[in-house]
Amino acid sequence: MTNPIAPDLPAAGRMPVKPRAGVWRRLVRRPLALLGLLIVAIVLAGAILAPWLTGYDPNEQMFDGLTLEGSPLPPDAKFWLGTDLLGRDLMTRILFGARTSLIIGIVANGVALLIGTLVGVTAGYFRGWIGSALMRFTDLMMAFPALLLAICLAAVFEPSLWIVAMVIALVNWVQTARVIYTETSSLSEREFIDAERTIGASAPRILIRHILPHLLPTIIVWGTLGISTTVLLEATLSYLGIGVQPPTASWGNIIFENQTYFQAAPWLVFFPGAAILALALAFNLIGDALRDILDPTQRGRE
Amino acid sequence: MTSTPEPVLDIANLSVSVRGEDGEREVVSGLSLSLKRGETLCIAGESGSGKSMTALAIMQLLPQPAARISSGKIRLRDGNNLGAVELTALDERRMRDIRGDRIAMIFQEPMTSLNPVLSIGRQLTESIEAHTGLSHVEAQRRAVEALQAVRISEAENRLKQFPHELSGGMRQRVMIAMALALEPDVLIADEPTTALDVTVQGEVLELLRDLQRQHGTSVILITHDMGVVAEMADRVIVMRNGRMVEEGAAADIFARPQAAYTRELLAAVPRIGSGAGRHASGEPDKVATQDKVAVVNDLHVRFDLRGGFFGRVNRRVHAVEGVSFSIAPNETLALVGESGCGKSTTAKALAGLVPYSGGVTIGGRELATLGGDARKAVRRDVQMVFQDPYASLDPRMRVGDLVAEPLLIHGIGSRQERRERVAALFERVGLSAAQMELYPHEFSGGQRQRICIARALALRPKLIIADESVSALDVSVQARVLDLLKELQREFGVAYLFISHDMAVVENISDRVAVMYLGQIVEIGSRDQVFSNPRHPYTRRLIEAVPVPDPSRRRTRFARLDREIPSATRRIGESMPKLVLKDFGGGHFAAVGD
Repeated sequence: MTNPIAPDLPAAGRMPVKPRAGVWRRLVRRPLALLGLLIVAIVLAGAILAPWLTGYDPNEQMFDGLTLEGSPLPPDAKFWLGTDLLGRDLMTRILFGARTSLIIGIVANGVALLIGTLVGVTAGYFRGWIGSALMRFTDLMMAFPALLLAICLAAVFEPSLWIVAMVIALVNWVQTARVIYTETSSLSEREFIDAERTIGASAPRILIRHILPHLLPTIIVWGTLGISTTVLLEATLSYLGIGVQPPTASWGNIIFENQTYFQAAPWLVFFPGAAILALALAFNLIGDALRDILDPTQRGRE
Repeated sequence: MTSTPEPVLDIANLSVSVRGEDGEREVVSGLSLSLKRGETLCIAGESGSGKSMTALAIMQLLPQPAARISSGKIRLRDGNNLGAVELTALDERRMRDIRGDRIAMIFQEPMTSLNPVLSIGRQLTESIEAHTGLSHVEAQRRAVEALQAVRISEAENRLKQFPHELSGGMRQRVMIAMALALEPDVLIADEPTTALDVTVQGEVLELLRDLQRQHGTSVILITHDMGVVAEMADRVIVMRNGRMVEEGAAADIFARPQAAYTRELLAAVPRIGSGAGRHASGEPDKVATQDKVAVVNDLHVRFDLRGGFFGRVNRRVHAVEGVSFSIAPNETLALVGESGCGKSTTAKALAGLVPYSGGVTIGGRELATLGGDARKAVRRDVQMVFQDPYASLDPRMRVGDLVAEPLLIHGIGSRQERRERVAALFERVGLSAAQMELYPHEFSGGQRQRICIARALALRPKLIIADESVSALDVSVQARVLDLLKELQREFGVAYLFISHDMAVVENISDRVAVMYLGQIVEIGSRDQVFSNPRHPYTRRLIEAVPVPDPSRRRTRFARLDREIPSATRRIGESMPKLVLKDFGGGHFAAVGD
């Protein structure tokens, strides 16, 4: 080395990266993320194309769908995934159930995430009486048993798929709000937020440009976790008779209808369970990849 | 001090490698040293030189599993010269017996190296019991002795206290007591005073020296501060990039440095008395008040503390109590003082980050009389550069966007114009325009601070507040950033409010100096007045406490503070005594009768 003290101004080692070099392109370059995208696409296609993919009606109780003793049929050439307790084709029900579960898992969960983030960020950034009021309300919601609350809400409204989705959203935002609140309040103590204030940045600008991007990993993790939680909460509500009304299929209520026969007819629980698992896993894989791609400090470690 | 020839610790050809993203990298390469009994060996170097890794390697506490000793031997010799233990070959259980008992270590941050949920008595007695098998009562007695040895008053009562109840200096003394309670052969102190105030640093260093003399402990002192090295070392090792650059007796290293790196390192150290060459600082009243960049009049900042069952406000921290000063264009006013004196809070009030009472006039306009938009326009004239360049840039934004952001917020220029202006700013602070597309983590600390300076300059402010802006940087980088600040002042005529705890740096850059203590200014005047003729005892104490990077001027005795620094917290209704400043002529004011 020629200069005994390294100058603190070496020329930039790397050539500048093109700004926002296609999040989508970087996403599909990761095999795991691609797998996740594929699964989501399959589920989506299955839900939309359900009537054309199967020759059966999801609610038809077929005479030849049961054995002579009246027990459900295991998977065979005719009923690919077997039949349920009432002699309905399981594959058809899972395909149609995907519609319900996707709505719950994406819409209800998305709304919950949105409410939680809004409440958490507002309370965490502004503090003061607004923050206290919001967080005390969140604590109240947390202390209230979620299921009981959902039952109350569902009893007040006419049960329908959208109402169920809203009820689930109103129950599920609480944990997200808590976590986002804590993170926002520690973020807003960070020096770079003070630095933003000194250059005259307004509160909305700080929130959107400087706080939200840092919350993204947390939001993504809670979003993907929430998918399985909400799908199962819907199942619980359906089981209690206040969810999606039978005979409409959803993955959750297929499991709940059949869980007592788990030993005799394991396929009835296994297939819808696998569907929930696959969907949650798929979103998890996408979320994980998104989190890494959106974090500039992770660049170069792909 | 001449040392006895027998070595306690021998390191031969030690290499430590760390596994990272791009394979293994050597952070310490082929280091050999021997530590004699009763000797103080200083390992000096800048960040990344491998000095801390060496210490951790001796303790066998390298971060697992990333770092490992790739080659070399570390031999610890027995007290009566019977034999030596090879530390690298020991298993974890036998190493535990050696840690604390034979080799002890003190870390930089006394708050994080004490367990916050255990009383200090418990932490002290635990290590004594673990190593000696003494009874609890006996161990407690030893703990009290250890605390008394580090001059902690009311040692018995202190045992029941928790780390957060003690000040930083006290905590570091507890750490020293803990390290020395078992009378180890070797004490490794890794930046033991870096996190402490300069007056406390003097006391802790003196304490370490005294204890070492009494017990004959060998000390390895790791530091980046050449002043501390001069104060403490018998022998010095200078390290850089994992290699030993130079080794020698302290007097030789400072008087006749052989390696070019050592010479540059010493040249970069700011010294009190070397601040000549600044333009003569005029009298502050020469500039008419309306031409002043900023006038602060009777500024108060108080924070309410809530307590009691209903969380009512019952106490108040009087962080800033009636501070007044003014800054002229092209002038640097330094605000100095120790942690908690209110200097940073004053800066934050001026930058609009904390609510305050009192008058702040910027560019001749009193902020309190202005509406929201006008105030925002005036605030443009005051920009801030923070202490920690790692924390003050949003890690998720490109640095070019970060520097352009103030322009964007205030609606200046088109997209293209902003880009050009940012590119020009980058070049001006010594970066290249091509680096605009990178993210903050891709820069070194000094470069990041340059980005922060570019960002502060973007709006062409009249005043830049530099809050400990060079404290976190290595000395060589620090010197260059200070030079840049001076150049920019000449070029743009910007005024600086330079906040620092480092008297040597302040002496180097400032025109006028204000010394703060407990939220009030105790002395203010031109640099020469304050440094060559300090009137207030606290100012004198601050100047004396700065370690001089010259072993021949080593202090023998440091005036000790017999009490803890008083707190600025008061009950509601109680007020702080207000200091009256006496005019010593020529714009030199100091509090008297304290």
